[in-house]
Amino acid sequence: MGPEVDTPGTSAPPSAARSAPEPQRGPAPSVLRSLLRTREASVLGALAVSVLAASFMVEGFATGRNAGFLVLDVAAIALIALPMTLVVITGEIDLSVASTLGLTSAVMGQLWVLGLPLETIVPLCVLFGALLGALNGVLVTVAGLPSLAVTIGTMAMYRGLAYAVLGDRAVADFPFTWTGGATSRLPGTDIPWIAVLILVLAALFGLLLHATPIGRSLYAIGNNDEATRFSGISVRWTKLWLFVASGTVAAGAGVFWTLQYGSARADNAYGLELSVVAAVLLGGVSIFGGRGALPGVLAGVLLLGTIRNALMLADVSSDVLDIVTGLLLVVSVVLPTTLARVRERRPRPAPPS
Amino acid sequence: MSGPDETGAPAAGGAAQTSPPPAAPGPAQETREEHGGGVRTGRRIRQARELGILLALVLLVAVTALVNPGFLSGQSVRDLLLGATLLTILAVGQSMVLITRSVDLSVGSVMGLSAFAVGMMFVSFPGLPTPVVMAAGVLVGTVCGVVNGVLVAAARVPALVVTLGTLYMFRGIDFWWASGRQINAADMPDGFLGLSRVTLLGMPLPAVVALAVVLAAGWYLRNYRSGRELYAVGSEPAAARLVGIPVDRRVFMPFVANGSLAGLAGVLYASRFGTLDATVGTGLELEVVAAAVVGGVAIFGGSGTVYGAALGALLLSTIDAALPMLQVGSFWQQAVVGLLILVSIGLDRLLALRAARRLRGGGTRGA
Amino acid sequence: MRKRIRYGVTAAALAGVMLAASACGGTTRGDGDGSGSGSGGSEAEADPNAEIPEGLKISFLPKQLNNPYFTVADSGGKEAVEELGGEFKEVGPSEANASSQVSYINTLSQQGSDVIVTAANDPNAVCGALNQARQAGSVVVTFDSDASPECRDLFISQASAEGIATIQVEMIAEQIGGEGEIAFLSATPNATNQNAWLKLMEEELKKDEYSGIEVVDTVYGNDDDQKSFNEMQGLLQTHPDLAGVISPTTVGLAAAARYLGSSDYKGEVALTGLGTPNQMREYVKDGTVEEFALWKPSDLGYLAAYAGASQSAGRITGEKGQTFKAGRLGEYEIGADGEIVLGPPTVFNKDNIDDFDF
Repeated sequence: MGPEVDTPGTSAPPSAARSAPEPQRGPAPSVLRSLLRTREASVLGALAVSVLAASFMVEGFATGRNAGFLVLDVAAIALIALPMTLVVITGEIDLSVASTLGLTSAVMGQLWVLGLPLETIVPLCVLFGALLGALNGVLVTVAGLPSLAVTIGTMAMYRGLAYAVLGDRAVADFPFTWTGGATSRLPGTDIPWIAVLILVLAALFGLLLHATPIGRSLYAIGNNDEATRFSGISVRWTKLWLFVASGTVAAGAGVFWTLQYGSARADNAYGLELSVVAAVLLGGVSIFGGRGALPGVLAGVLLLGTIRNALMLADVSSDVLDIVTGLLLVVSVVLPTTLARVRERRPRPAPPS
Repeated sequence: MSGPDETGAPAAGGAAQTSPPPAAPGPAQETREEHGGGVRTGRRIRQARELGILLALVLLVAVTALVNPGFLSGQSVRDLLLGATLLTILAVGQSMVLITRSVDLSVGSVMGLSAFAVGMMFVSFPGLPTPVVMAAGVLVGTVCGVVNGVLVAAARVPALVVTLGTLYMFRGIDFWWASGRQINAADMPDGFLGLSRVTLLGMPLPAVVALAVVLAAGWYLRNYRSGRELYAVGSEPAAARLVGIPVDRRVFMPFVANGSLAGLAGVLYASRFGTLDATVGTGLELEVVAAAVVGGVAIFGGSGTVYGAALGALLLSTIDAALPMLQVGSFWQQAVVGLLILVSIGLDRLLALRAARRLRGGGTRGA
Repeated sequence: MRKRIRYGVTAAALAGVMLAASACGGTTRGDGDGSGSGSGGSEAEADPNAEIPEGLKISFLPKQLNNPYFTVADSGGKEAVEELGGEFKEVGPSEANASSQVSYINTLSQQGSDVIVTAANDPNAVCGALNQARQAGSVVVTFDSDASPECRDLFISQASAEGIATIQVEMIAEQIGGEGEIAFLSATPNATNQNAWLKLMEEELKKDEYSGIEVVDTVYGNDDDQKSFNEMQGLLQTHPDLAGVISPTTVGLAAAARYLGSSDYKGEVALTGLGTPNQMREYVKDGTVEEFALWKPSDLGYLAAYAGASQSAGRITGEKGQTFKAGRLGEYEIGADGEIVLGPPTVFNKDNIDDFDF
């Protein structure tokens, strides 16, 4: 996440520039673009292959009912992964999302116990999440602290506050119209309505990232923080708003999680941050920023969800799920890097010097 | 204490002079003359930083002891030291990795795997002498560290991604191996379980081991060329490469060391707690990083000492032990720890800015 | 400056939304919308002579897979399923949380399990998924930790909560000689059964015969070995006059015994609670722990499998007063709310501990 980290891994241009400055400079952007294309394509391809394989080989996978279960399983991760993608592209990270979710859930339960109507609680909770995100953002942008360290700190702090708010209690007497409503399906299908919300938000974040000047500036910030600062883009404000977005969406996911499981607890979604980060990275976003795309991340979320779901249906035990998740993550970074290095080496018949 | 810019061992001579990686990453263009002052300032800051943690620690202990005199009883202090042992050892390993601008998130899983391996060896080969089993436990950690190191250094992929992957993998292997099984104290020899009760100069043996690890790592980082080069790699990798430091090897080594230390922590865990299953050490990774960060190790490499990290670990474990005695609800514990992390990185930033200002002769910029 | 304007607009918009929302009535806690989604399903008549069909798919979903207690309980379930000629399966998350349990419930339902036997990590969070599984045709039996009664068919209780509370209070009172400070070392703060027992024990202690006993603290080890160990350590340091500790969880009791056995407090502080003989054998023999209690987990799983199969075959419908035969355990009667009690807990001490192996 540092602006200029040596082990560049996947970012081809800097390493090419370092080893052979002059002749390589021309083709570098196109190399990057093709790499990008293959990276996205490979995640989407892996998703297609695993869905097809699961449909043919796993009994009970290819049904609408199961698709509904799958969507509900990954809903929270998918929601939080959207702003996380943008945050990581700027070279930052937000590890406090799962704790933000838990704290929102706890606050929601406490406000409900105090007798507030849910119609007030929900927007209050989302606003509260925006504040939690803003605190992260201020610490990162105004105080200039590394986001990894800041959000490890707020991760512990928000989770602690969640326990301070709700303690060991669980609030579970939400009305059924709301809890049942959270998991209700679209009329005539087995697909839960949350899928629509995810798609709408994904479209919004996708447009922002891929079709606006702001989006392009995010890549610029991730590639070179320093240079972008001189180019007139307000790096600080951009990052601050991204953290606010991250907190807001995490809080929204917290509201949804609470209603989905009908239970407000301080330990909700404990440890979810690593699943989100894993999905984002699997989707092809570089941890050092400057590279990645939203469709890839959605494919990454679905890929992890599909594999888990299919393996569970095939009665594969949970330990293998962990091994597969880890292996996928490692392969997803090692393979393209190695390929890139091989490719980099191949057009060397005419050495530059 | 701040790293390679302390001109020391003659072996390092040339490299150290041509590439003076600064204590604070900001002012990279300082001239040679300012450099000497920078070193002193840097060292003073590091010492002030560590003194600060020590002060906080003493304050915490004093207040707790005032409220509850039982806090300083022999048994209590022994328990406190024992409790800090694992976190300290892991924090030392983690700081070496952090100093080279990497991170190892898999430590919790490695510790769990090694602890379970120790238990399984006692169960499967009851005749095996205890030291052999302990060495094998450390070896398990070393192997995991080598896997991490190869992936990060040789395949040159980001450490955070790789070790997040291996976090899941090592844990999965642990679960698959254990498959629901639990190893109880009765399965292990009394001599092994009794290690925590052995005291050396009044200190429990595992705490002595942890102290030895801290001193050895501190000595290595300060007095060996390769140790000081870790700081160079961490603060300016490109420059380090240009002056001929074998960057890949310097990135690889801390992962192996950290793996071995996580293995050692696993062995000590098995000895102390006696009950082992596949969930040992779950979620420990972020606490370890937190201890190092509280101890003043920069999360993006190039600065910090293992002494600081050890003090950070000691402070975090003391907070855990002290809060119940101060009658602070256990629900607040995590919130306090989180606040402490934020305060310490904020403090680090402030000190770095002040140092930068002083180096520039009163210049105010330091973004 | 534009940013500042945007701030204002956002804040105003949010405030507006909230005002609008709260203005139009709203759903509050007292509304009595009720969460009654129970699919009931017990309209059919019970036929005590119905055949239990061969090949029933009976699946066990414990709180988590790596808990030895559930390994033993599920092995009892396996024994029963084999006697019934059914298909046994054990699945579960590697960490005890409700959300991953929900995934497993959905999967089992999707696989067409006839009976799902589960121990709930959160009584409410699993409710929706369990009800969906019931609508899809599965019989849901909970054991050890109940889910909300409206989302399961039967609950196999390890012993009546009163029975468990009474026996632990009796044991500690005897061991500390009827007076002194005691404390509880529980599992997770949210565990349904633990909290019920703690409450009942405190009520039991209010009786005159226990007037000399005072509960000074309750701590939570989260069913995590290291945490329980540390909490026990903290208890003894915080309360120097502590006479005894009750830990109504197997993980907690074993960890507490291990700390006590290696500390200066051994023999001075009494410890009792619920534990398995295999984990406690060493500490009973070396005198750290005098006696402790537990039901037989394997019988619990065994009874759950028989109850589920009987319900699935239509022998019972979960109504109070119905009876069914559970293999070697004999006949059982269904109590209120579809609850079936396994029987009184067994007390283990130096004299009988070697007769048990679980």
